[in-house]
Amino acid sequence: MTVLSGKDLPRDGEMLQGVALHARLEATWRREPGFWGWLTTVDHKDVARRYIVTALIFLALGGVLALAMRLQLAKPENALMGPDRYNQIFTMHGTTMMFLFAVPVMEAMSVFLVPLMIGTRAISFPRLNAFSYWVYLSGGLLLWVAFVLNVGPDVGWFAYPPLAGPEYGTGKRADVWAQMVTFTEVAALCISVEIVATILKQRAPGMTLARMPVFVWVSLVVSLMVIFSMPAVTLASGFLLSDRLVGTHFFNPFEHGDALLWQHLFWFFGHPEVYIIFLPGAGFVSEIVATFSRRPVFAYPAVVLAVVAIGLLAFGLWVHHMFATGLPRLGYSFFTAASMAVAIPSGIQIFCWIATMWSGRPRFEVPMLWVVGFIVTFVLGGITGVMLASVPLDLQLHDTYFVVAHFHYVLIGGAVFPLLGAFAYWFPKFTGRMMGDGLGRLSFWITFVGFHLTFAPMHWTGVMGMPRRVYTYPVGMGWDQLNLLSTAGAFVLATGVLLFLVNAAVSIARGRVSGPNPWDAAGLEWATSSPPPPYNFAHIPVVSSASPLWDNRHHLPVMTGLRVDDRELLLTTVMEAKPDLREPSPEPTIWPLVAAAATGGTFVASIFTPWAVVIGAVPVAAALTFWFWPKVAPTPEPVAE
Amino acid sequence: MSSRSPNKLARIGLAGAALLALGACDREERDTSRQPKPETISLASSDPRAKEYENSSFHISQGQRYYSWMNCSGCHALAGGGGMGPPLSDDEWRYGGRMEDIVQTILKGRPNGMPAFEGRITEQQAWQLAAFVRSLSAQPRQDVLPGRSDDISNAEPQTLEERRPQQSESNTTLPSAEKD
Amino acid sequence: MRRRLLPLLPLLLVGSACSVDGIQSVGGRDGQGGAAIADLFGIFLVATLLFAAVVAAFLGAAALRRRGRRADGIEDPEGSGTERPLKTGLIVWIAAVAIGLFGLTLASHLTDRSMARALPDPASALRIEIVANQWWWDVRYHFRDPSRDVRTANELHLPAGVPAHVTLKSNDVIHSFWVPNLAGKQDLIPGRITDLMLIPRKTGVYRGQCAEFCGMQHAHMALDVTVEPREAFERWRAHNAAPAVPPTNALTRAGYDYFTTRECSTCHAIAGTPASGQVAPDLTHFASRRSIAAGTLPMSRGHIYAWIADPQGPKPGNAMPYIGLEADELHAVAAYLESLK
Repeated sequence: MTVLSGKDLPRDGEMLQGVALHARLEATWRREPGFWGWLTTVDHKDVARRYIVTALIFLALGGVLALAMRLQLAKPENALMGPDRYNQIFTMHGTTMMFLFAVPVMEAMSVFLVPLMIGTRAISFPRLNAFSYWVYLSGGLLLWVAFVLNVGPDVGWFAYPPLAGPEYGTGKRADVWAQMVTFTEVAALCISVEIVATILKQRAPGMTLARMPVFVWVSLVVSLMVIFSMPAVTLASGFLLSDRLVGTHFFNPFEHGDALLWQHLFWFFGHPEVYIIFLPGAGFVSEIVATFSRRPVFAYPAVVLAVVAIGLLAFGLWVHHMFATGLPRLGYSFFTAASMAVAIPSGIQIFCWIATMWSGRPRFEVPMLWVVGFIVTFVLGGITGVMLASVPLDLQLHDTYFVVAHFHYVLIGGAVFPLLGAFAYWFPKFTGRMMGDGLGRLSFWITFVGFHLTFAPMHWTGVMGMPRRVYTYPVGMGWDQLNLLSTAGAFVLATGVLLFLVNAAVSIARGRVSGPNPWDAAGLEWATSSPPPPYNFAHIPVVSSASPLWDNRHHLPVMTGLRVDDRELLLTTVMEAKPDLREPSPEPTIWPLVAAAATGGTFVASIFTPWAVVIGAVPVAAALTFWFWPKVAPTPEPVAE
Repeated sequence: MSSRSPNKLARIGLAGAALLALGACDREERDTSRQPKPETISLASSDPRAKEYENSSFHISQGQRYYSWMNCSGCHALAGGGGMGPPLSDDEWRYGGRMEDIVQTILKGRPNGMPAFEGRITEQQAWQLAAFVRSLSAQPRQDVLPGRSDDISNAEPQTLEERRPQQSESNTTLPSAEKD
Repeated sequence: MRRRLLPLLPLLLVGSACSVDGIQSVGGRDGQGGAAIADLFGIFLVATLLFAAVVAAFLGAAALRRRGRRADGIEDPEGSGTERPLKTGLIVWIAAVAIGLFGLTLASHLTDRSMARALPDPASALRIEIVANQWWWDVRYHFRDPSRDVRTANELHLPAGVPAHVTLKSNDVIHSFWVPNLAGKQDLIPGRITDLMLIPRKTGVYRGQCAEFCGMQHAHMALDVTVEPREAFERWRAHNAAPAVPPTNALTRAGYDYFTTRECSTCHAIAGTPASGQVAPDLTHFASRRSIAAGTLPMSRGHIYAWIADPQGPKPGNAMPYIGLEADELHAVAAYLESLK
């Protein structure tokens, strides 16, 4: 391949190989030692790991809330907790799971895996990446500290005004919710921009768009969805905050505002959000199925087109959350058709995954069990989704436990099962060790059985008329046994997830050392050591097919010539991935953390006074100025090619 | 290993939160007991109950509802700007501006038109009303103040105009608007 | 997989069947709309389960299918001989899913349209206005002759077979009116008027409940619905249009006096008495209802006592304050309320 010119600078290549090369790269790319290094790191793997650990803590917290709710609903007229506490808990559960667990953990998987899968040394905008984590962490802390202080939001994770508005949303609870949304929006938008830039400009030479792993396609589509959908909720929560704080009337019908405006804006974000959570699951499944069936995923173009189609259709069906609001009936039919249409690309994907197994030789390792569990559960969730797309059925089933069952089938079955499978699959890449097999299988079966025990009965409680979001229900409605069953199931499910986490913790310490490619997989992420070094690859790999490690089993071609004395990346062209430019990657710095702290402080204070925005702008601007302050003049570099 | 440290951070954060919780947030407590706060005999100028009502966003917002329900707004206007009755949003008080003075005014009435509400509303409601009245002139803590009430200008939304001509005979006025 | 999925089939069917007899159940066939919806539900259930069964069979076969011995290595997709039939299979599958979904969309659309077409002209229907409040339902019946009008709360009486046009409004936050046995739900949104047509087919006793989260006591915002023959409905209407029964003995007289002069009448109205508060449920024929406080407690002497002694016990957060009645006042007010048949 092209050897880049520039004679006096140290570069990887024939002169610099093996241990010497590793030492040079290590010195250039490693983070600073100690706690300071921990605070200043911009390594995408460090940031992704802490994102994942934080998200898992929020998963555990949200799970505890779910158990508390199930305990309260175990029997009718239960006096375990009052309405005020219960309403806070169900709001916190939904908010935590959607904003603090599901979206961040999926994005963190992209942050970790995408640069490895496309064969580059770092993510683009690594400082923005670090900033994003700190902002996310502050948002999560804000919400949970508020909850502990009895200021936890109690208006539902959807916060419909006027209930969340200034007159009926008493105190600061709804403000906390709206501002937490701002935090997570900022964090998610930052990551999405990085992912899009990384995928479009940093792919290894030869990795054309048609050779990208399915998960990379998914990350691209999901990031674009975030970029297009998050502004809607940014706008909505901004309107809500200004209604509450400075007396605007966006959602106040008495002053020519409109309460329904909120629902349009919120669901224009909220429905794509569901696919933002589900599509990464589909990406995990595509990778796992291919590896364990020992063949590339069946009908790759169809799978990729299905992902893109879901990404587009996701923006056309938000009104199916609003069928009961009395909008004009004719428009409903369009949204019914759009909602139904999503089942076509989903059906294509399911077929292709099963066809991959059919024509390959599947090995049912733990990740593969999760995939099978996913397919079974997701198909059932899809069935109920098709029912809910129908206007007459939705008018009956909307806001009942049937819907609760539906979206847990889709979100847990469709996203969390693949996620746990992905953890098991990429665990060696994260930690360098294999995850325990026996405990892994046990935790799968307990989780799978517990899940269905919890959520299958809710279909019937819903059909029997039990509405959502009730803190108690009367005796004699016929809901008692089903609810008790769900409660029992919830504890089985929690045991399964707990076992999974225990397995992970034990395996980090005592798991079998894995080596670079324990599953004999085809993707580039398996071409480097486990866990990968700070610079990811000693030489940038060169790709000539969609399954590089299978097709170049004995010798993966590489390109050389990147500087080793400076953090240097190779940029390639958008479509063909031809070498294009060399680009320096930023050094570690503390300023993203300072900027995030300043931003967080501004956000929190602005709940109490609008002046905080003005005053807080000063430290934010100062931190950003230092962040972008050029330290050394960039070395003039000849352009490659 | 970076994954261990966020754990630690979260633990520190939670511990900090727990510490803060010791000085918990009464202002957010939804105290639905509606039992009147125990009266402690006190000749001092300030009644200890005053703080409890005034520092609770829940009580103030209850007071806000009663203010409209009991038709206080009929004379004092919804935002307390005054009308037939004196304004409540300024800092002039004819009969004292402390919580207990306002409660007395509400319960016993005052000359020239302020009716006595004793026996018509509970004492608890009087305290909640008083807390709201003081919030009209921004007396309580900033962080417990309620938002504005939505129908502050007393106008019916345009969207509430009748859509079907045959219904025009029906009485569609909302009950709350009837008092205004 | 097949083994795991099969038990679900009969369970689903049994589930949808057993729900028919509930007083608050989706499968109810007690209203014109409800029947059409139940039929549509059946169509969807059978069609989608068929597709799920195909997926399960395919998955099971893919997992368990016997494969010839081949050198252990990466599958060569072109050479394995399964690629071409699978591609045909994919095309057939896409076509089947698309046709199935088109059929279901059509079924849903036609049901929706036929339900809308079957609705009679609202001008000829019984006119009911429901205003939702945190956390109770204010119900008014309007007739051409206003003297026949009825105002009640948290209950709905409907003559069987007679369409009722319900106009829905909200006084505070968004609620949702839902009597599943009779029809689908309809939100009540402040600043808007929505409406719904109820056409009950069968006499019976049903329950409705608020279906949109509306704050602290969303769980206790129910509605008792009685569908009765026309004559019975007319009797109920005539009785409820009349003013309240005057007190007949010393105890109820004392209760009447307390109610009309003290805290109660600030919020509650009883027709034919000076009590005319407008912000709480009308109590004119309170004791003839089936429940207290929007379905929170069943109607009985004990529950009337319990409710007025401490309304915040069973329904914390509701707008009725703790009054602190003396024992004799409690007896009197409870007796008076109980006499309001």
